[in-house]
Amino acid sequence: MKVLVPVKRVIDYNVKVRVKADQSGVDLANVKMSMNPFDEIAVEEAVRLKEKGKAGEVVIVSIGPQQASETIRTALAMGGDRGILVKTEQMVEPLAVAKILKAIVDAEKPGFVITGKQAIDDDANQVGQMLAALLGWPQGTFAHSLELADGVAKITREIDGGLQTVEVKLPAVMTTDLRLNEPRYASLPNIMKAKKKPIEEKSPADLGVDITPRFKVLKISEPPKRSGGVKVSGVGELLDKLKADGVI
Amino acid sequence: MTCLVIAEHDNASLKDATHKTVTAAAQVSSPVHVLVAGENCGAVAEAAAKIAGVEKVLLADAAPYARQLAEPMEALLLSVADKYDAILAPATTTGKNILPRVAARLDVGQISEILKVISPDTFERPIYAGNAIETLQAPAGKKIITVRTTAFAAAAEGGSATIEKIAAAPDAGNSKFAGEALSKSERPELTSAKVVISGGRGLGSAENFKLLDSIADKLHAAVGASRAAVDAGYVPNDYQVGQTGKAVAPDLYIAVGISGAIQHLAGMKDSRKIVAINKDEDAPIFQVADYGLVGDLFKIIPELDEELSKRGYK
Repeated sequence: MKVLVPVKRVIDYNVKVRVKADQSGVDLANVKMSMNPFDEIAVEEAVRLKEKGKAGEVVIVSIGPQQASETIRTALAMGGDRGILVKTEQMVEPLAVAKILKAIVDAEKPGFVITGKQAIDDDANQVGQMLAALLGWPQGTFAHSLELADGVAKITREIDGGLQTVEVKLPAVMTTDLRLNEPRYASLPNIMKAKKKPIEEKSPADLGVDITPRFKVLKISEPPKRSGGVKVSGVGELLDKLKADGVI
Repeated sequence: MTCLVIAEHDNASLKDATHKTVTAAAQVSSPVHVLVAGENCGAVAEAAAKIAGVEKVLLADAAPYARQLAEPMEALLLSVADKYDAILAPATTTGKNILPRVAARLDVGQISEILKVISPDTFERPIYAGNAIETLQAPAGKKIITVRTTAFAAAAEGGSATIEKIAAAPDAGNSKFAGEALSKSERPELTSAKVVISGGRGLGSAENFKLLDSIADKLHAAVGASRAAVDAGYVPNDYQVGQTGKAVAPDLYIAVGISGAIQHLAGMKDSRKIVAINKDEDAPIFQVADYGLVGDLFKIIPELDEELSKRGYK
């Protein structure tokens, strides 16, 4: 069974994001970029399935500028077999991302798609579910653990009340939560090997998808600032202040 | 211009997240209808009918909706979507699971986790873990929206909506519920508690984490955790507050042994008052805390517990 893993290049999770003064966006100049952490977990899970003999080829796909091929390389160094870069300089909204991925699924015919539950830049949490719906496939979102057997994926999900297990018929889409696994670091020999793995380039137009944004971003602004308060000397003073504030 | 709100419930009781989503929906357009989909959930529909401002409750009471799995819920929502200009759900794990499927099938983009309705087509939502706020204008046509419930007040009781039963939609049958492990607690829910006390890696173990219980009991607080504490196995995943866990905005948030990573701050910085207890005086949590106590939490927590007892908190 072929597994498709969509990954996104985003601002590294350790970077403190700065909003541009003209409110046109966030400052991306000279900022460290990395693979979306949830997508790293997705790559790891796919590679583990392959190592256990439950998956065949692992295909990595990313949508973005030329530099997104570096993100694909990282996934190939972790154990992916080949990459597809859908190249565009434009911002692509989640629905258009899902349509591009659908076109790739239609061509590649994977039996399972694994991707991150959300990207840490736009925090939309939409693509996996949208892709599943466009394909008419079932889904297991926010995955905490996975068992694959006999054409069925048994996925335990992190939900607000605890954990829930669903059984979905394959083909299906799974989106990853934090506790699914701990992604490996790629070894130097594997990084070298990944340089020789193929990455095919396509454009959204090749796939017949219109990526013109539907939404208008009017501005990107700073959230209300919270200033640090005071240090208190002990629990007595703390409780006096909380009482005066009326919160206890 | 009618909106539909997807009710959050467990077949027995209606959750507060529904009331908050109704408030957001009424700002988008009115009248507001509420969809209660579940199994043996008549009591939930009756509760929803009492929310002020709700004109009608749609009740889909059938086995496929018992757990509100995304696939049958998608089919059900598509069967009624024609009648609505906007469909909203709380940004809970249930709402987030279902709504993008509906949006995709309607060929409409979704607006996730709105914080504010500026006008019926313009919304504010957090991006980059809440470090930036995006103001987004939607095109004409249907709106599909999830709502950050901590950003909206709960709609009051006092309505008397009609309840209309609707038929189940055909289900593809490609998914099924296979079990759950829910955390049981007598404490208030994290997302609606007035006081939250959260622990981080500083607690050091699952055993030590229980130190927070006595204070939580005295303040009628919910107990939360940082990602580090959940990853370390001190508490289950449903305790996690942060960018990818739960967003909370209580009157009082007490962070114990939490350093204050951006991802954690994203989930709690809208709290009214924040208290930080940490031995590292340079910890980033102090930059957002109204009151900071620098010191060993294993000394401070028992002292705080005792002082609360002295002052008559039980």
